[in-house]
Amino acid sequence: MTGAITDVMRSTRAELLRFRRWPAVWVTIGAWLTMTALFAYVFNYVSYATGDGSFSNEGTSTDALLADLLPAAVPQAVAQGMPMFGGAMMMVLGAIVAGNGFGWGTWKTVFTQGPSRQSAVLGSLAALTVAVATTVVITMVFAFGISLGITGVESQSLVWPSLGELGRGLGGGMLVMEMWALAGFLLGILAKGPALSVGLGLTWALVLENLLRGVGSLLSAVETMTTYLPGTAAGSLIGAIVDPPSSGDGTPGVLTVLSGTEALVTVGVYAVILPLIALVLMRRRDVA
Amino acid sequence: MNELVVETKELTKRYGDRLAVDKVSMTVHRGEVYGFLGPNGAGKTTTLRMALGLIRPTAGSARVLGSPAGRPEVTQRVGSLIEGPGFYPYLSGRSNLQVMARYRGLPDSVVDAALERVDLASRGGDKFKSYSLGMKQRLGVASALMGDPDLIVLDEPTNGLDPAGMADMRALIVDLARGGQTVLLSSHLLAEVQEICHRVGVINGGRLLKESTVADLRGGTTLRVRATPLEEALAVAMRIAGDDKVELAIDDNGDSIRLAVDPERAAEVTRELVHAGVDVHEVTASERTLEEVFFEMTGPANGNNNHTSSKEKVS
Repeated sequence: MTGAITDVMRSTRAELLRFRRWPAVWVTIGAWLTMTALFAYVFNYVSYATGDGSFSNEGTSTDALLADLLPAAVPQAVAQGMPMFGGAMMMVLGAIVAGNGFGWGTWKTVFTQGPSRQSAVLGSLAALTVAVATTVVITMVFAFGISLGITGVESQSLVWPSLGELGRGLGGGMLVMEMWALAGFLLGILAKGPALSVGLGLTWALVLENLLRGVGSLLSAVETMTTYLPGTAAGSLIGAIVDPPSSGDGTPGVLTVLSGTEALVTVGVYAVILPLIALVLMRRRDVA
Repeated sequence: MNELVVETKELTKRYGDRLAVDKVSMTVHRGEVYGFLGPNGAGKTTTLRMALGLIRPTAGSARVLGSPAGRPEVTQRVGSLIEGPGFYPYLSGRSNLQVMARYRGLPDSVVDAALERVDLASRGGDKFKSYSLGMKQRLGVASALMGDPDLIVLDEPTNGLDPAGMADMRALIVDLARGGQTVLLSSHLLAEVQEICHRVGVINGGRLLKESTVADLRGGTTLRVRATPLEEALAVAMRIAGDDKVELAIDDNGDSIRLAVDPERAAEVTRELVHAGVDVHEVTASERTLEEVFFEMTGPANGNNNHTSSKEKVS
């Protein structure tokens, strides 16, 4: 047993080393940070400063617009982008981490080093989790940076979010991002490559689930099913944290279909089941 | 400690209705260099993959270092390069080895030693994707050497290497065996196997045709005679050595007769031939190359490629 734990830790260290030096990882995280900067801050600040209404803040008063840009609102501002956009980027990350190993022959090399397959895959999952957690923390720090800048420029008094809000933002965001990363990892293993898994995963998260929700509003049988889909659950979890406007269009992907607790449990179940399937698949499979 | 480092029993792998490996039972002893010999697609790599636990046998079993293949306690003591080197293209050669060293729980210090050993130290900082085929191959061997494993499995280790690189690789393998490590290598290069292996297993069409020492396989020294007229020479040779000890060999220098007799009898054979009025052009003691043996064994006339032709051979 201790041998297995040592093996998982060795595998995690090995994976973290290769993640750190992998440009694709930094490109993915960079793309997400850019999206956060643009959609949570730049566009809204420009529209506040110029008094224009942009697509993401229609119907919001300018005071409320500014309040969303200040440090007190950082946990909500960051978390809003996670169920759909942040999740999509993390899914890409999970898919390239697991999927490329087949084409490059690196799963084969890794499986002949010593750690058992379960240990190696668990190590890879652990390293992916570290990468996701790092991304969430970097995003918060990054958002605080921008927000503090706006506070200074607009000569606003500095108000920090409460620890509870910060904790909910970090925790909820982490869970949502992790669930999508794990989904990407599983897809990478199912498709044995990054291209198909990224394509399928993004189509699912960005298009199909939205369509199903549309069908669900017409057919009650489909509606029950769509309620517990990963995107709906992730959107509802974040919805419970950010408390989106009941009328009008909020941030895409942020929902209130499930209650906070229901959403938390559903996302948690996905976060356990997805990696388990990945582990079982890799345990049995012939690795060429 | 078990003297058998690798032992497979009736190892079989079936893909759909194609038998890739058919009841292969092979043994590799401690401290030897074992050559796994066969043409492309003979089942060498598939067998080695099963011995490493990368793929599951359809039937039969493989034991390595006394335990079932693929167990963590086994793979930890085995270094391998199988079916081309699999590394992260975006990492340098050195970083790739550092990643693998972490998987093995080895300190970073083994990395530079391994790079040095395959002559890659000066290029260790370059990205793996920028390496030539030969350099990638050498990095794969370096990775297999890290941590001084008891068994080193190398699948076509000289693939993509230039002649100098091949010579270096052969010297390295001989060196490993001298240091007490067991090496199992597959190759389709017979000269290479003949030069460095103690024992060989010949595989074709998924079946292990023969397993023996290189010397046994080559079958000792024979007497090669070039004489005319050929028919009469053949008759005389058969009278001296017996019908089953004589065969016709065709090579670049024309037809010759090969007698499976002690080369000491060269004078006697020559005398008899001359007595019979045959012109003797050349008498030499010759040893069959592994290549000749191999082609005899795997050639289509031998019926090893399909099961019907062995019956036709009778007619």
